[in-house]
Amino acid sequence: MSATTAVFKRELRGYFGTPVAYVFLVVFLALSAFLTFSQGFFQMRDASLRVFFANLPGLFALFAPAIAMRMWAEERRTKTVELLLTLPVTVKQAVLGKFLAGWAFFGIALLLTMSMVMTVAYLGDPDPGPVFTGYLGAFLMAGAYLAVGAFFSAMTKNQVIAFVLGAAACALLVYSGSPAVVDALQGIPLLGRPLARFVESMSFLTHFDVLQRGLIEFRDLFFMLGITGGFLTATVVMLDESKAR
Amino acid sequence: MIKVDKISKRFGSILAVDGISFEVKTGEVLGFLGPNGAGKSTTMKILTCFLTPDGGTAEVAGCDIRKDPVGVRERIGYVPENAPLYDDLSVDAFLRFIGDVRGMGGAQLRDALDRVVTQCSLQGVVHQRIETLSKGYRRRVGLAQALLHDPGTLILDEPTDGLDPNQKHHVREMIHAMGKEKCIVISTHILEEVDAVCSRAIIIAKGRVLADGTPAELTQRGDGKLETYFREITAVGGAA
Repeated sequence: MSATTAVFKRELRGYFGTPVAYVFLVVFLALSAFLTFSQGFFQMRDASLRVFFANLPGLFALFAPAIAMRMWAEERRTKTVELLLTLPVTVKQAVLGKFLAGWAFFGIALLLTMSMVMTVAYLGDPDPGPVFTGYLGAFLMAGAYLAVGAFFSAMTKNQVIAFVLGAAACALLVYSGSPAVVDALQGIPLLGRPLARFVESMSFLTHFDVLQRGLIEFRDLFFMLGITGGFLTATVVMLDESKAR
Repeated sequence: MIKVDKISKRFGSILAVDGISFEVKTGEVLGFLGPNGAGKSTTMKILTCFLTPDGGTAEVAGCDIRKDPVGVRERIGYVPENAPLYDDLSVDAFLRFIGDVRGMGGAQLRDALDRVVTQCSLQGVVHQRIETLSKGYRRRVGLAQALLHDPGTLILDEPTDGLDPNQKHHVREMIHAMGKEKCIVISTHILEEVDAVCSRAIIIAKGRVLADGTPAELTQRGDGKLETYFREITAVGGAA
């Protein structure tokens, strides 16, 4: 077994070794369903998951940092990071193993929302395309958020600080694309338009919206994977600096 | 075999390790002595490739710490200071995780688990969660983890710190027994431990090697007491 796989297995099992995982799953499922049905799912009379998907960017900004906060902060607080990184594991492998475990856990949470798909399929005849690309987008978006969370977890020994910083960064990456922000920026003379367009392009809202409409475009995938790769690389660099402190 | 060549490490304005050089051969147990903050742990962290030295290099178990850190880690067993462990795992699950990372599996891992559980007297607690264990057991789990792949080189940072006299005796006997065929470095600030387990000792303070010799030689220099000599030279080091 490779070192990455060993770390992955231990971490994924670690999630289910504590009640935190179950609390997380229940709260996530309840909240995502509640928001969907309370925001006019039935009134729309439309057999699609638009309402469900629309809430995910905001929800993930809260839940992904909660999953990621433990990753490195706890290892550093209990000093097990010294044990882990003196085993034949490189920092890269350890970061990747832990990240993939968190991502797989998020994947399980997403799979459990399939009851929404069943509901829609029972009530009407949804177009499978947008459902599929919506889930693909949600999974990629979860990975990107987790990478952001992992980075802040490597930055501090305190899980609460890791969570707050992670959630703030994720929220920034979501709401920079919200109409309120974009409209306000467009109001700035001269630079307004390009600035608004730039900020909007840095938002998950913009890229996820395209995917959940059923369109797979290269730049949206590139954005999600780019954020993931970028923040994971930053996590490796951060750990090299912070592990001994 | 460990060959250390003028390694140094700086943390901000503090020079933690200042050009240390020494050698340890297979069949030797080297005691790394020094007051708290002398640079013992930092040196060990460099030898286990947790930290990279600012200057100098070292060869551990035939691999260069700068060029092949993973190779070094594959060949050594290390117990960090205070033996940190994953509290949420059982002893068995923890040791299996270490085996997984070290690429062991099947019969090889089973045999290794049986061996270290016996060697470290862990039979009664194999299925217990690590967080419920006493300090003595935790230390032994830390040691078991380091011995799982039967490494030729062992680096132990204060392996008997915080143990009661019986547990200390047990750990020292283990180190003494393994010392015949392995290359072992232990750090300590308990001077009696040097007599009990070490075949050679190095005294360091302020990141420099101040003395190097057999426990008998060092004791002789202190008019029959190792403590006298230790205090004499480390106090001078402190004033300089």
